[in-house]
Amino acid sequence: MNTVPVDYYVLLSAVLFTIGAMGVLIRRNPLIIFMSIELMLNAANLVFVAYASVFKSFSGQIFVFFVIAVAAAEVAVGLALIVQIFKAKKNINIDELNSLKG
Amino acid sequence: MTTDLIVFLTLSLVAIATALGMVFSRNAVYSALFLVLNFVTVAVFYLLLGAPFIAMSQVTVYGGAIMVLFLFVIMLLGADSISSTSDLPWQKPLAFTLALVLVVESVYLIVSRAQPNLGITAPDASLNTMDSLHQMALELFSKYLLPFEVTSILLLVAMVGAIVLTKQKKAGQGS
Repeated sequence: MNTVPVDYYVLLSAVLFTIGAMGVLIRRNPLIIFMSIELMLNAANLVFVAYASVFKSFSGQIFVFFVIAVAAAEVAVGLALIVQIFKAKKNINIDELNSLKG
Repeated sequence: MTTDLIVFLTLSLVAIATALGMVFSRNAVYSALFLVLNFVTVAVFYLLLGAPFIAMSQVTVYGGAIMVLFLFVIMLLGADSISSTSDLPWQKPLAFTLALVLVVESVYLIVSRAQPNLGITAPDASLNTMDSLHQMALELFSKYLLPFEVTSILLLVAMVGAIVLTKQKKAGQGS
């Protein structure tokens, strides 16, 4: 019988999520921080699909589909913001981005 | 050790290694490429879990579209190597400690409430055929029709927003 306990997937997802959270905390480059957020979204998706497979339901998979669409929208707007900030400040080290005014 | 378990363990090692490589590599382009490998690994997990449609969307949307956008912006800005020195010297050790606390807590909670009878059997033949895709499409376009339409509006708004944000201002319109 080919089985993988669902808890293994949840554990892997927890580890990936933690690595993403750590990336957000320690890196100074906003692009890397963005990628870490994508990693965390992926970790959450993995749990959705794992439990969808356990309960033989499509709702989890459809939710992942929506999460992917929302992530695409988020990346488009976020990268546009980063490009604009870079044009205004010539620098995107997040330690120096401490004012809302351009 | 069953075949599925071996595949799972190997791929999870690859996934964790690429995630760490993404966070710790000095060059942003290497980070992006590590992340592409991570997304492809997660796509193989989806295949293992019997979700071929999600696996393919993962590869095309995440591994393709989103990461190309990332690489494009990295190369456009020349932001591939920002110095990692921080104004806050205690930030890095504190981040490591907090990450360790988070992973220990979550692993403890997951292991202490583990339900060993919830195993994922390898998807039988019926799950990987067109039938399962048909079922999923029926559910998506009946039960989840409203969220689907709202998602399309969200994507349109994001597209318009990105264009407005990056639009060049005309010379006469002030700064």
